[in-house]
Amino acid sequence: MDYILSIVTLACINMIAVLGLSIFTGFTGLFSFGHAAFVGVGAYTSAVLTYYYPVPFPLALAAGAAAAGAVSLVIGVPTLRAKLRSDYFAIAILGFGEALRVILENLGITNGARGLPGIDDHTTLPVVLLCLAGGVVVARNFLRSRWGVACVAVREDPVAAELSGVRIFRTRLLSLVVSAVFCGLSGGLLAHFLSFIQPVMFTLTQSTQLLAAVIAGGMGSITGPLIASFVFIALPEALRVAQMWRLVAYGLLLVLIMVYRPQGLMGYRELSSLWGKRAGPSAGRRP
Amino acid sequence: MFLQTVITGLSIGGIYALMAVGYSLVFSVLNFSNFAHGAVIMLGAYVGLALATKLNLGFGLVLAGSVAGAGIIAVLNEKLAYSSLRGRKAPSLYLMISAMGCAVFLENLVYATIGSRFYAFPEFFGRQVVTLWGSSVSLLDGGAFLFALLAIFGLHLFIRRTRTGIAIRAGVCDMTMCSLMGVDLNRLIAVVFLLAGGFAGVAGVFLGVKYLVYPTMGWVTNKAYIAAVIGGLGSLPGALAGGLILGMVETFVSTYVSSVLRDVFSFTLLIAFLVWRPNGLMGIDSEDKV
Repeated sequence: MDYILSIVTLACINMIAVLGLSIFTGFTGLFSFGHAAFVGVGAYTSAVLTYYYPVPFPLALAAGAAAAGAVSLVIGVPTLRAKLRSDYFAIAILGFGEALRVILENLGITNGARGLPGIDDHTTLPVVLLCLAGGVVVARNFLRSRWGVACVAVREDPVAAELSGVRIFRTRLLSLVVSAVFCGLSGGLLAHFLSFIQPVMFTLTQSTQLLAAVIAGGMGSITGPLIASFVFIALPEALRVAQMWRLVAYGLLLVLIMVYRPQGLMGYRELSSLWGKRAGPSAGRRP
Repeated sequence: MFLQTVITGLSIGGIYALMAVGYSLVFSVLNFSNFAHGAVIMLGAYVGLALATKLNLGFGLVLAGSVAGAGIIAVLNEKLAYSSLRGRKAPSLYLMISAMGCAVFLENLVYATIGSRFYAFPEFFGRQVVTLWGSSVSLLDGGAFLFALLAIFGLHLFIRRTRTGIAIRAGVCDMTMCSLMGVDLNRLIAVVFLLAGGFAGVAGVFLGVKYLVYPTMGWVTNKAYIAAVIGGLGSLPGALAGGLILGMVETFVSTYVSSVLRDVFSFTLLIAFLVWRPNGLMGIDSEDKV
């Protein structure tokens, strides 16, 4: 039972990060190969605060999320202002993520590449579920707000959006910061769940896993990526497949989705739209 | 000390350039960053390793076998993962994600089947060292550098002088027009991937002989990618120049500043180039068209 609970907790922690990336990639239409770095920033900031200083857990979580948001500005401001080609942006943020990892590996306070052992385990399933539920509500309200609608407009047609008075740079930057805050929160929870973190846990591979969940779940849907990320974490554990074959499957899945179903599992729809004729959130709909 | 640093930088830069050529070739024709290239280099190294240890072949045959093997793998990769995307004119980002998927797939497939052990090539050259103006150059480094220059020059001649090369250059300018003129695009792209894969094979063997062979050795190609961006993606002379510049800069940073900061410095260079000079030093204009 403990084993199943820990898998569910881990999957839910991962879902918070996927939720963040979904706002950025799914709704704003920019791809990122570097969001695991924001998870790492959140994890290290909150872990260092509770490890070396007597900071209460909720405060440390909040600090981790805020730090991730602040760090995202460092890469976001120059690259988004320059309006890079979308694939160049994805590569720039990849480089940023890798550089950040190298820095984490060489700082004294992070204990370098060996990682931080013995972080207090404050994260329990109820805490994670509370954060996830709160995250979903915040994400939904954000996407229904004028900023969220602006994000979708920028995704669909940047030129038309700009002509209609949407400021592209600000919209994209806001979306990036919001997504990084979600990732930072997820990292803080992760650090206090595993009670051990290491820079290798936040590399390109993890960024690709996050992106795979968003792409597989459907770009422009909140529930689709959440389902996909849960399946990705829970299924291999349930089938007791070794860790390495999971990554083989991730890679294969990315290729297969791009080749056969680029719109993903849910496309632009939400889970609620599958039940009856009740309309899903309008922000997720293609205008 | 200074001269030694220059020589080390050049020899690393030569290998970077060999790898960067593969990125540039594919980018020039298909306009996307083929992140599976690193995995092809890694597989090329494993092919070479198998030939060298299982069949006890000499260096020349190992190199040839690895070139052929990696070339075939690259072509298969294109046929299976990119060709249908290309067919329905998917955005280049989809191709890039597919490539990323291939890289993750191949790397972890090797992990799961061959294992994460580090393998060494048999010593082809020994540890011979030539002394040049008071600084020592290992025969391997010097040979790798010269071979890289020759191979890239050969590729340059091939693209400038032969019929296939002309077709490739026409494809770079305008794919549709090129196919209207009677060029078989599928064959053309297969040739491009064969060339890129061949270079990946050479780079894989040199990397494997200089260091070791292991599943994540393709990670070094991130550096080669930076080199390709510095030189200008899609430009062959750019790939050579970018590789040499990056090799020199890295060696100087790690010798005179700090070896820890080397990677941070390289990635910062990548971001700076993407933001301020996305076409690199010698690249062609490739802005998003409205």
